[in-house]
Amino acid sequence: MSTKNWPLWEVFVRSKNGLEHRHFGSLHAADADMALENARDVYTRRNEGVSIWVVESKNITASNPEHNGEMFEPAQDKVYRHPTFYDLPDEVKHM
Amino acid sequence: MSPERKATIMSEEQIKNLEKQFEERIARDEKIEPKDWMPEKYRKTHIRQMSQHAHSEIVGMLPEGNWITRAPSLRRKVALLAKVQDEAGHGLYLYSATETLGISRDEMYEQLHTGKAKYSSIFNYPTITWADMGAIGWLVDGAAIINQVPLCNTSYGPYARAMIRVCKEESFHQRQGFEIMLKLSNGTPEQKEMAQDALNRWWWPALMMLGPTDAESVHTEQSMKWKLKRKSNDDLRQQFIDQTVPQADILGLTIPDPDLKWNEERGSYDFGEINWDEFWQVVKGHGPCNKERMKARVGAWERGEWVRDAAMAYAEKSQERKKKQVI
Ligand SMILES: [Fe+2]
Ligand SMILES: [Fe+2]
Repeated sequence: MSTKNWPLWEVFVRSKNGLEHRHFGSLHAADADMALENARDVYTRRNEGVSIWVVESKNITASNPEHNGEMFEPAQDKVYRHPTFYDLPDEVKHM
Repeated sequence: MSPERKATIMSEEQIKNLEKQFEERIARDEKIEPKDWMPEKYRKTHIRQMSQHAHSEIVGMLPEGNWITRAPSLRRKVALLAKVQDEAGHGLYLYSATETLGISRDEMYEQLHTGKAKYSSIFNYPTITWADMGAIGWLVDGAAIINQVPLCNTSYGPYARAMIRVCKEESFHQRQGFEIMLKLSNGTPEQKEMAQDALNRWWWPALMMLGPTDAESVHTEQSMKWKLKRKSNDDLRQQFIDQTVPQADILGLTIPDPDLKWNEERGSYDFGEINWDEFWQVVKGHGPCNKERMKARVGAWERGEWVRDAAMAYAEKSQERKKKQVI
């Protein structure tokens, strides 16, 4: 039995310049360099990317869906943040 | 508090309520993500199906790996190599998607290596000629595509996303297989015979690969609800047969089923009885290559242990060195 397992890494790939890095999946690797190389082989075998980020999964802090109420509801009643909230006459163009 | 801990102190009624909301979400086509509350049965069923799927991709490399060094040309060799590498990738996408449900990679390997977890029975058949590479790509990947396409819409987000990636890659697998069959079928009489022989051996196992008949299938109803399944095994099998028979005609090969006949009324092919005894024998571990496959898999894992350990030791040492330099 191995003494220690390779940690888990999350992989983010930029498909092409102009687009953001997007979460592609995860993989195991001993260190960041190996995680990058493995990410290339696992997630970009067909030119799916021009840039890769790897982050050790344990360094990610995630919100808890059970608290989605407190977390996201405050935005729900703030309709005045949307352009449609404002009453303007139809004659007003380009706005 | 973790979702599991919370579940233990919830009343039965509260859980029922949550389960109802959960089923409604799925019915509305909402996706379930890793940290969402889910019924224990949903978690367990997904761990089982997804890990078995991952194991099948990994073990599935072995029958084809057998021919990489003996491919008849460089063109065939690079294609087969790329195909087998894709299967490794599929296994890795699926293992990491399964890990989001709270099982570790090591536990999954352990289950595979001890025989506790199953993998697709088709990979327990031997690959004895080059034509088997053609038949596998054409029929086995073909059947896999039929199984996998509906899963791109399954309810568990990480599984659905992995399947979308997998399905994009499968089409090349099937086409490279069919091309091998086509070349052999249009070759010398011996080559054509080789292709026919491969079809004879892989046809029935490929039909079995789509799973037991609906009457025998235990999980179907629940799986339909969770969108782990969208069509029954028998429907998938019929779809596979209906689309594959015309392809065999193009090859000029004969499907080894004397009862195969177009049914005008149904708009489908009727086909002969499947030998389910053989299927269950293979599932239970008595197929032609079950032992060989497990031996190869476990052997690879054990022989790789020193490499994994060395990589970890190196990573830790470099970390230490970096820390010292900072001080
Ligand atoms: Fe695959
Ligand atoms: Fe494949």
